[in-house]
This record gives sequence, C-alpha cells and structure tokens, in this order.
Amino acid sequence: MPAVEISELTKDYRLGFWSKRRKPALDHLSLTVESGEVFGLLGPNGAGKTTLLKLLLRLIFPTAGSASILGRPVTDARAHARIGYLPENPYFYDHLSATEFLNYAGWLCGLNAAARRRRAGDLLERVGLAESAGVPLRRFSKGMVQRVGIAQALMNDPDVIFLDEPMSGLDPLGRRQVRDLILDLRLQGKTVFFSTHILPDAETLCDRVAILNRGRLQGLGSLQELLGASVESIELVLDDPSPHALEPLKSFATASVRTGNQVRLELAASNDVDAVLATALSAGARIVSLNPVKVSLEDYFLAHVQDPAGNESPRPGRK
Amino acid sequence: MSRIAAIAVHTFKESVREKVLYNLVVFAFLMIGAGLILGTVSVGINEIAFVNLGLSAISVFGLLIAVFIGISLVWKEMERRTLYNVLSKPVARAEFIIGKFFGLVLTLAVNTAIMTAGFYLVLWYEKGRLAAPDLAPLEAIYFILLQLTLVVGVALLFSTTSSPALSAVFTLSLYVIGNLLDDLRVLGEQAGSGGLRGLLRLLSVVLPDFGAFSDIAPAAHGELVPGGRIFTHSLYAVLYATVLVSATILIFERKDLR
Repeated sequence: MPAVEISELTKDYRLGFWSKRRKPALDHLSLTVESGEVFGLLGPNGAGKTTLLKLLLRLIFPTAGSASILGRPVTDARAHARIGYLPENPYFYDHLSATEFLNYAGWLCGLNAAARRRRAGDLLERVGLAESAGVPLRRFSKGMVQRVGIAQALMNDPDVIFLDEPMSGLDPLGRRQVRDLILDLRLQGKTVFFSTHILPDAETLCDRVAILNRGRLQGLGSLQELLGASVESIELVLDDPSPHALEPLKSFATASVRTGNQVRLELAASNDVDAVLATALSAGARIVSLNPVKVSLEDYFLAHVQDPAGNESPRPGRK
Repeated sequence: MSRIAAIAVHTFKESVREKVLYNLVVFAFLMIGAGLILGTVSVGINEIAFVNLGLSAISVFGLLIAVFIGISLVWKEMERRTLYNVLSKPVARAEFIIGKFFGLVLTLAVNTAIMTAGFYLVLWYEKGRLAAPDLAPLEAIYFILLQLTLVVGVALLFSTTSSPALSAVFTLSLYVIGNLLDDLRVLGEQAGSGGLRGLLRLLSVVLPDFGAFSDIAPAAHGELVPGGRIFTHSLYAVLYATVLVSATILIFERKDLR
C-alpha cells in the first residue's frame, strides 16, 4: 500500500475577501509516495510545497482532487494516528517544558500515561535534549525548538513522517543532526516526506523527489531518473602544469580555469579518456583528479523553475 | 474522550499560567475585602452590602476572565500555528473546540471556587458563624457560573472568526444586550412597525438571556431560589452552550488554517 496517494489535488486561494478572482496554489497535482522511501518535495518559495503539506495534514481543504495516507482519506482523523508532522518554523507552547509538551502530544495520540512518560524520555534522549527536559520551551534556541518539534512528531512512533523545511534556519551541526535522524528513520523502514529548498540535503537523503513550481509538478522520480546517468563532461585537474605540458591538452579542452597552483580543464565527454591521460602524462603534467561531470540536481532544478529569461518564476499565490 | 480531556487539561494549564488571571483574582479579593469596609460604614445593612459587593466582584471578574481568556482561546492557537501540531494528531476539529470549551469552563469553575472560598471566609469573619440562609449567595454564585459558561461559548464562537479585539467587542456587546432582553421585549411590544416588533421579539428569544442568571440582589437578602428555577436555568445554560459550541464547530470544521 502506498504511504501517500495524491490525485489531481488542486487548491485555489481567493485574491481578496471581496474578490471573486482566484489563483491556484496547487494545480491538479498527482503523485504517489511508496512506503519506506524518503521523498523530497522541492521548489522555490511559493511553489506550493507548504500548501501541499497543509492539504495532507487537513489544515486546509482542497478545491478539487483527493489525497490519502496509508489508504485512508486525509480528512479521516484515524489516518493521522500513524503520521507525524513537523511544521515549518515551528512554534510551540511557551508555558510548557519539553517533557510537558511531549506528554501533551502523546496524550493527543492516545498514549497512556506510562507510555507517554517512557516515549518522551526516549525521544528527548534521541534528539539530544534530555538535559533540557524540564526547561520551558520559551528558553529554547531555534535549533532546540526544531529538535523538540521532531520529537513530538515521533511520539506515536508514526509510519509516515511529514517534515516541512526541517533544516530551515539550523546551523551546520543542527542540519547534520536532522539529516542523521532522517537516515535513521529510513533504516527503521519509516516513510519520510519532507519539503526543502536546500538541494544538497535532497541529494543526500532522498530516494525520490518531486519538483514543484507555481503549483505544478515539474519533475518526479529518483535522482537517477531525473538527472540521467550520462556524463556531461570530464573534469581534469592538474597540479601546477607548465605551458609546455598544457599545450597538447588544449585540443581536448573546452574550457580551462587556473585556481592557485591548479588548473582545471573541462573536456568534452566524447573524448577518449585513455588518450587524454596518456597525453597529459607524456607532457609531464601531474594529475590531481579526473572526474566525470553529471547534471546536478541544482542544474535540473534551475532549468525547471526559471523562465527562459532566467528569472525565478513568480509566486502564484499564498503558500 | 481522552483527546478532549487532554485539550481541556492543557487549556486549563495554559490559562492558570496566564499572569492576567492572577491579577484579576487579586482584584476580586480586594473588592471582596472592600465590601467588609463598606459594610462597616453602612450601619445596619453591613451584611447586605457585603454580599452585594462580594457577589458582584465574583461576577465581574469572572466575566473579565471568561472574555479575555475566551477570546484568545482559538485565535492564539491559529495565529501562533500551535494548532497545526494539534490537528496533525488524530484529533477531530470538533474535539479541539469541545476540549477548549471545557478547559476554560474548568478554569472559571476553579477561579470561582477560590473567590467563593474567599467570600465565605470574609463573611464568616464578619458574622462569626455561618447559617442556612448563608447558602443563598452560593446559589447566586452557581448562576454566575452558568452565565460565565455561556459567555465562554460566545467568546469561543467569535474567537474562531475574528481577532481578539473584535471578539472582545462582540462578546461584551452581546453580554450587555443579553442582560437587557426584558427591555428588548417591552420595546418590541411598544414598537409601531410590525416588522420591527417581529425582529425585536425574535432577538429577545434567540439571543442568550444573561439577565436571567442575575440573582445577586435576592441572595443578598438571604432569599433562596426555588429548586425548579435552578433546574430550568441549568437546562437553559446547557442547551444554549451546546448550540454555541455546535455553531463554533460548524464554522471551524470548514475553516482553512492559512
């Protein structure tokens, strides 16, 4: 059974209270997320990522289309017994301590008092907040709030976890912790559905990604499916080559850049690598590296979210 | 049921940690204490004056607590987006509203109980002993609590649709009008136009009759309320609160949380 099934999901927002004009925030979106995969939802600001997550979490209602989680319509509260959710830039109750907050989250999930206490302790340990368990949330830093937010999302040991921009605003250490946590969840067989505009995170974590722009699906699949396996070009890096050593290689190179003592040559993918290497070695050049250059997710992303003039597509409506 | 209890307990906890609540309770105690002084200067009617002022303090400060915490109940959760977290759990929107309602009613009940204890402590100090007629204020306090339950229902309804400032204006306006329904009925009977008469009659039936719960003056004179009236007023409050909470749920069920 798919973890998430979305069919022709559409959400329009009215442009003003009195206006009858509407703009689509999400436009007939269809996709399926399989159980156990880490699925990334990518797109620029205003692409419709948060709108999609809000629809799945029944925080807003669709204009048309439908969605289900683990076989149940998203409007069915029972579907939510098996999911966890971390909102974007989360804000939790100031007056509660981390333990009290997790106790409340667990209670809402139907856990009994003993299970809540045990689970809250385990999760605070897991997200590195055990020592701050009794501290009011108003004293938490942004990174700590994000971590307690992840802990509350996991209180019911969910099968599907939705994370809205989980790395947003975190320092490198915090981002690393969240990344490790997502990988850990994947190892446990959980489905993780997260939105991000931080492309390296998506490349590191995702089994599959969907690219949204202006509420429309621009691409869907594994990174290999989207980017292809073909090599675009070859990058040859040489250590402080003399002009004499560079001369025979110029016939292979489409571009050449010197950075400090190193020269980076970009070679067409059609070149015979063995011949290039032989030429470089016979000219006395010291080779630092030789790498195939593939299309990056960033290249793909930019190609699909920019208009022909190179501008980022305008935001269609409210997120 | 467990989820409603969770939300109610959380709302209670949140309310009792609000500083404004303590300020209001302290003011209520000051007012009750002032009744003691007033009673001393009004020779012969000291007990009546004290009961009047004490019950009025409980009523007014209860109203302020009901309005100022009630109006921000749902709005704050929407504005700060803490509601996202609640509704992502297996919680129906109706459960959220019912839990919020009972949480604030619980807060008011506990506050009213504390103020009542203070009131009786001062009354006991004033009289030296308490007797059966002294139960009359307790009945008036019960009516105040019923009235506050309706105020919470009204505040909750407005809280889902408007900002706290507007909700406060609407709730307090409705409270004032609801205390003047008898006058509205008389005005309706005297109205020349048939349409206006019908409208005023309809309003006097449909709007919450807050005035019906005002029983302070008889209580000050030690008059006990007939059992039948306690029953009908309780039934009215329960039914009206059910209508208010149901209307809130109907609106909230369709609301996009943007």
